[in-house]
Amino acid sequence: MKTTGKITGIIANLVIVETEGTVAQNEICYIKHGDEHLMSEVIKILGKKAYIQVFESTRGLMVGTEVEFTGHMLEVTLGPGILSKNFDGLQNDLDKMEGVFLKRGEYTYPLDVKKKYEFKPLSKKGDSVKAGDWLGEVTENWIPHKIMVPFKFNGNFKVKSIENKGKYKIEDTIAVLTDDDGKEHKVTMIQKWPVKMPIKAYKDKPRPFKIFETGIRVFDTLNPMAEGGTGFIPGPFGSGKTVLQHNLSKNAEADLVVIAACGERANEVVEIFTEFPELDDPRSGRKLMERTTIIANTSNMPVAAREASVYTAMTIAEYYRAMGLRVLLLADSTSRWAQALREMSNRMEELPGQDGYPMDLPAIISNFYSRAGFVYLNNKETGSITFIGTVSPAGGNLKEPVTESTKKAARCFYALSQQRADSKRYPAIDSLESYSKYLEYPEIIEYLNENIDSKWTENVHYAKDTLLRGKEVFEQINILGDDGVPIDYHIKHWKAELVDFVILQQDAFDKTDASSSFERQSYMLEKVVDTCKMDYEFDDFEEVGAYFKKVINQFKQMNYSEFDSDEFKKYEKAVEKTLKERRVEKDSDKDEDKAEEKSKEKKAAKPKEEDDGKESKSEKQKDKKDKESKSEKQKDKKDKDSKSEKQKDKKSKDK
Amino acid sequence: MEQDTKAFQRVYTKLFQLTKATVSLHATGVGNDELAIVDGRPAQVVKIMDDIVTLQVFQGTEGIATDAEVVFTGKAPTLKVGDDLTGRFFDAYGSPMEGSKEIMGKEIEIGAPSVNPVRRKQPSEFIATGIAGIDLNNSLVTGQKIPFFADPDQPFNQVMAMVALRAKADKIILAGMGLTNDDYLFFKNIFDNAGALDRIVGFINTTENPPVERLLVPDMALSAAEYFAMEKNEKVLVLLTDMTLYADALSIVSNRMDQIPSKDSMPGSLYSDLARLYEKAVQFPDGGSITIVAVTTLSGGDITHAIPDNTGYITEGQLFLRKDTDVGKVIIDPFRSLSRLKQLVIGKKTREDHPQVMNAAVRLYADAANAKTKLENGFDLTEYDERTLDFAKAYSEKLLAIDVNIEVEEMLEIAYQLFAKHFSHEEVGLRQEYVDKYWKEN
Ligand SMILES: Nc1ncnc2c1ncn2[C@@H]1O[C@H](COP(=O)(O)OP(=O)(O)OP(=O)(O)O)[C@@H](O)[C@H]1O
Ligand SMILES: [Mg+2]
Repeated sequence: MKTTGKITGIIANLVIVETEGTVAQNEICYIKHGDEHLMSEVIKILGKKAYIQVFESTRGLMVGTEVEFTGHMLEVTLGPGILSKNFDGLQNDLDKMEGVFLKRGEYTYPLDVKKKYEFKPLSKKGDSVKAGDWLGEVTENWIPHKIMVPFKFNGNFKVKSIENKGKYKIEDTIAVLTDDDGKEHKVTMIQKWPVKMPIKAYKDKPRPFKIFETGIRVFDTLNPMAEGGTGFIPGPFGSGKTVLQHNLSKNAEADLVVIAACGERANEVVEIFTEFPELDDPRSGRKLMERTTIIANTSNMPVAAREASVYTAMTIAEYYRAMGLRVLLLADSTSRWAQALREMSNRMEELPGQDGYPMDLPAIISNFYSRAGFVYLNNKETGSITFIGTVSPAGGNLKEPVTESTKKAARCFYALSQQRADSKRYPAIDSLESYSKYLEYPEIIEYLNENIDSKWTENVHYAKDTLLRGKEVFEQINILGDDGVPIDYHIKHWKAELVDFVILQQDAFDKTDASSSFERQSYMLEKVVDTCKMDYEFDDFEEVGAYFKKVINQFKQMNYSEFDSDEFKKYEKAVEKTLKERRVEKDSDKDEDKAEEKSKEKKAAKPKEEDDGKESKSEKQKDKKDKESKSEKQKDKKDKDSKSEKQKDKKSKDK
Repeated sequence: MEQDTKAFQRVYTKLFQLTKATVSLHATGVGNDELAIVDGRPAQVVKIMDDIVTLQVFQGTEGIATDAEVVFTGKAPTLKVGDDLTGRFFDAYGSPMEGSKEIMGKEIEIGAPSVNPVRRKQPSEFIATGIAGIDLNNSLVTGQKIPFFADPDQPFNQVMAMVALRAKADKIILAGMGLTNDDYLFFKNIFDNAGALDRIVGFINTTENPPVERLLVPDMALSAAEYFAMEKNEKVLVLLTDMTLYADALSIVSNRMDQIPSKDSMPGSLYSDLARLYEKAVQFPDGGSITIVAVTTLSGGDITHAIPDNTGYITEGQLFLRKDTDVGKVIIDPFRSLSRLKQLVIGKKTREDHPQVMNAAVRLYADAANAKTKLENGFDLTEYDERTLDFAKAYSEKLLAIDVNIEVEEMLEIAYQLFAKHFSHEEVGLRQEYVDKYWKEN
């Protein structure tokens, strides 16, 4: 018989229930408020009193109302049909709900019980199996969706019977298994699993050893993510966390993507609903939505369900990992989940930890992150969950509990910088502050050198060094003034700017630049590093900036062009040409240059190129003129009229 | 119906506990969030423990005696909505201000559930305000929510009124929280003078009213907005001013209820409390929309304070007002301002080169800021620095200042003029095709 109780207290969405029966921690119960049955979760038990958090508004609830306990924890329903769905935090199918506004107490079944799937058995009568083993498969969108021995099945089972190839509904029995005691168990295509428990139906969880390609240069080139790895993106508001996550979900090399929109803006979820069905998956050529599942608990939805939403998303990811798939799990923002915990803990008058967060916050976070990972399944296939969460630190200050707890749990740290965001250097990740611990794994280094380019890691380090040196000299320039430092300092600074503008910065809204393959990244990195390795000659520091700006501009045009296209090559030539103007020739370079010269002659120069050439010449002349007039200029620095005159003067000279 | 409600009312006269903001009594059959009248003052149920009900009295409890009459209404706070809301101003409880006649509409609960995200439409309609600091750099879109971040001495209410009047909204709903009486009259006059009163609804809590009453104001305004946007498919613009004073009222309540304060003595639920309101901004499928333009006043420009910080995490960008002393005008600061939804319209609903022009101008303005720092630190400026400074001045004057009122196309033309006057096109770094198409040497 089901345990029931009665409401004795209400404080916001914390409700106290008195009951005579058995109640379990985290058990789900329903408040019977008239026709509305409001789902809630037990979060504390004190004697006869159960403290429950209600996943809905508690408006109008009264003392004395009956509460019915279900005997199970919060569970998700796993089976074919999850993919491409839009769920709320409790796995209700949002599309099945009626009306424009959400209705309290309306719960919808997450799957489609009427739909028939073409089933193909993968096991046969007599096979011995255990939890997570593949009994058969159906096709979901294009993914071979495995029908597995339910994860809740403990011990060893024998396949007593299995259905033949054919069309079945998800509730049809597709196999009968017998346990060691000879008891029979029917298996359908669906199973349930409590979200707060990790699914452990795998053999082994090695440490990640493969690179996870994201198409985003600040990740892949500078601080790569590993398949089955974990990372987090902290950053003040507006610094680009969500844009980065959306970009990851569009371009990353995953079989499927689960997005938990946790306590953030509804319009951002709408963006996914609207755009993903139209956008192509760069890898499969299908629509992005076909590989995406959204768990939306936006900030205006009930707070208690926020916590549930990240667990629901993780459990769905684990389910697909057990099918041997590469899953990318994204959660934006994990801080909202932590805040939901804080609100509840305060209402229960628990002893608060730092900033009012619950004491066990670090444990909760690291526990969650530990569910990601690369696994070997029982049948030696592999699967993975790569997890990247965002963190929204209060006041943008990283010394706060959620950031600090997450830092201990995640292996990659992608720090968004307010300063970079302010100067629109997107993605605003500070590559020097950020790190990927995977870059220290020998197996990862080996993987990179073998699979990308033998010079890859060397080039990456060179680029990072260039950035670091650029940062150092820039500080010096700021202290000592432009002409208080040797010209070499300016060159170093501008080489770092080159790396910044061409490698780090990436236009998420440009259809070409938004995603960059490893091949392309490797090619561009090599080009940029070579450019940085070169020596250049300038007479005056003022020439340095103007010159490098031009180089950067040409490189950027390459980024905007289709890789290896005519346009791309055209700008590449332009870069070469510009570089030659100032480059100090080393003996070894000369032969190469000649070869290039020849190939250039072959392709008749396009008018654009000529333009570029002229432009640069007049540019140089202009610079010289400026130098001559410099001492003069300093005299009348304050005199604005004469300056604007000079401005006009210069313009006419240009023409 | 009226009769039923009356019959349902229960009256009590025995309070056993009074604090500054709350009263407690023994009562049964009371619902959470229910509205009651304590000694003639509106109050709301905030806690129920067994038969002990705690009520928050919006006007405060001064002078309430233990035998005061408590009447429970059996319902959460409501608003009567109908066409005759327009052109009128109401108090925090939705009652007409100047003693004019009651609304004859249907009664709806305020603070109702949110829109199912899958039923929302992606905002896509550009809102032209004529202000280049907004239209060019931080374009607004219907269904967006965005605050002005401004120090208290800046003319934020004026700018907001200007935006509202130019925005071509079907309805403008003003939610005034802790508005000075002068500002209330300012809004009334400016809307009246513009002949826009028939598009206006106001819910006003002035500094003369009790601060806790403010907590009802945005819900009232947003419920009215939902009525017009959902049922009449209208484009509704909601003005929330000043949300900092709203948040202050939240903290007063939570302190009085002995909740553990989090940062800056704000309640730990501040994020959720604010998000619940701002997320009412929506583009409905049938053409109606709710756009929210708010004001969050800062103290000493500090945006790390919990109120602007949480706001920034919720809204779709923010517009910073700043006085530019070089040109002596109030501008929309291009560095710290941001419209998150601009991507949905710029270069799509506006000219293709809009995004690049916008970014280039801001980047050059940033170079000018660096040059300025150099100057302040006593270093020589390069010739390029000098040019950026000249550019910055002209840019600030001609485009960033809030007194600009032109079309987007013209803004872009001005930007090109400024580019050509001060820079070579390598220095500006636009896509070559745009340079070919739009760049004119002057
Ligand atoms: N890679 C990018 N390219 C161009 N613009 C970007 C990029 N990243 C961010 N932006 C700009 O910054 C805005 C804010 O980005 P985003 O919404 O990702 O911030 P956020 O860190 O998620 O903020 P919040 O914490 O408030 O959610 C975007 O709307 C866009 O205008
Ligand atoms: Mg975000």
